[in-house]
Amino acid sequence: MNTYRGKVLSKFGDNISTDDMTSAKYITSHEPKEVAKICMRDIDPEFPAKMAPGGILVAGKNFGCGSSRETATIAVKAAGTQVVIAESFARIFYRNGFNIGLPCVECPGIHDATDVGDEIEIQYSEGKIINHTKGTALEFVPIPESLFHQIEVGGLFPLIREKLEKRSKNTN
Amino acid sequence: MGMTITEKILAKASGNEKVVPGQIVVAKVDLAMIHDALGPLFYPNFRKLETPVWDPNKVFIVVDHAAPASTLSQAEWLSHNYDFVRDYKIPNFINNQGVAHQIIPEGGHILPGQIAVGTDSHTCTYGGLGAFSTGIGSTEMCNVLALGELWFRVPETIKVVITGKLPRRVMAKDIILKLLSMIGVDGATYKTLEFCGETVDEMSVDSRLTLCNMAIEAGAKNGICTPDEKTVKYLMDAGVKREDIEMLKSDDDAAYCQEIHIDVTDLEPHVAIPHSPANAVPVTEVEGTPLNQVLIGTCTNGRVEDFIAAAEIIKGHKIPNMMRCLIMPASNKIYAELARNGCMEIFAEAGCVLLNATCGACGGFHEGLLFKGEACLGTHNRNFKGRMGSPEAKIYLASPATAAASAITGVITDPRKI
Repeated sequence: MNTYRGKVLSKFGDNISTDDMTSAKYITSHEPKEVAKICMRDIDPEFPAKMAPGGILVAGKNFGCGSSRETATIAVKAAGTQVVIAESFARIFYRNGFNIGLPCVECPGIHDATDVGDEIEIQYSEGKIINHTKGTALEFVPIPESLFHQIEVGGLFPLIREKLEKRSKNTN
Repeated sequence: MGMTITEKILAKASGNEKVVPGQIVVAKVDLAMIHDALGPLFYPNFRKLETPVWDPNKVFIVVDHAAPASTLSQAEWLSHNYDFVRDYKIPNFINNQGVAHQIIPEGGHILPGQIAVGTDSHTCTYGGLGAFSTGIGSTEMCNVLALGELWFRVPETIKVVITGKLPRRVMAKDIILKLLSMIGVDGATYKTLEFCGETVDEMSVDSRLTLCNMAIEAGAKNGICTPDEKTVKYLMDAGVKREDIEMLKSDDDAAYCQEIHIDVTDLEPHVAIPHSPANAVPVTEVEGTPLNQVLIGTCTNGRVEDFIAAAEIIKGHKIPNMMRCLIMPASNKIYAELARNGCMEIFAEAGCVLLNATCGACGGFHEGLLFKGEACLGTHNRNFKGRMGSPEAKIYLASPATAAASAITGVITDPRKI
């Protein structure tokens, strides 16, 4: 997954909170497909309909601020989001994203340079984002290798099992 | 170059002599807090690992969010907590006795210099006792329960120096709201907020917990205060032995990425207006704003001193007929103390709603949701749009004194004028 090319299907501004993503009042189930249905309901009720598998979500500063609820990242991913590119992320959301296999790319300048419908190519190792629709490019600090590996294996969970096995081998 | 208190804690827990900001370390965890709403997200995966909990004595499972359940789906997720506690023999199971962020400090379960993680962003509260404490997601908690450790990027530290004597009816909450208005909701992202200065030295441990509770509202990884004799007394009252308490502080030559000074001598009560905790303005700018509900309590301001401040203002008054004034202590222990010291009687006679110790309406779970067009002023920590119900409701944040003054008048009121 060194390079990903897809379409920007949704765009948000600054300080989108985990309450926006999965508001407690709407949660009736923790199932990914259920939380996806309520994702962003208070701020963009059309979000689940707009986002489709493989879609790119672009946002402003401090994306995912607020609570540590992992349902927020699960909902964004289950709605179809392949990758979130934001000006900056709140730290718990950022970690949660990689932990469930949703890459979060911090790319200053992305919000103003991108519109819904743009065709984007993300070159993960090079730290480069090419906007094929507009013919522009932006740079970002490449994702640390350990987090990149986490995305490749599908999140943190498989690595917990790996670490447990390693530990039991060492003690045997 | 010396180390900050946060760097010292992370160095020790990761087996390093010294750590520097930006360094990634794997640290051993001293306390893992799981609450009812987010535990069930990882319990099925943890069961798949077929491994015991690394150290059940270090795990606290706290039912505080859906406490007690108001819907069938909440009742279902509670049942998953009960099953997990039973199956994995978790000794520290706190069921409907208060909010984790009060239960953990008041029980003496976390000590200065220790590392705590919790499946709640306000886990940063325990920094008020001099611990490194931060919120994590459910999958990371699965990692902690299996392995007893977690990776951290050593944060840069912002030193917040607070000086001066707090004026009458101005509280720690007003300081943290003021700070948030200065640095913004992402002013401390990935960083530590270290609170120091004579005002912090003078304030109670409860007030320090209020400061640290809202560190996350600036995006901080953790908030922290230097442990002192007040910390020791607080913990010894909770049953901790003095010899078990490690006193540590930042070195004089520790490096800070930023230094912020706040003189509270002339600080006004502050109110965060919708829809951000960083939208704080002096109360005088929003006086007279009509309210439908006041919430006094929560993990931010649900402690004894908070209710004493509120009771002093509410005593002898009646809550207006169209106002709901919710009283929600942060724990049963606090509830009992308020019953003993007369506060509960004052609240009941004034016409307040006496609620159990829970996260309640703060998280939008139950007990006080807002309809469109309604306005609530609360002593909690977050006023995001839609958090307490309708996205068309307005949420204001303030101190217990401002909340109490507003409860008896029905409009946002300067507590200094009561």
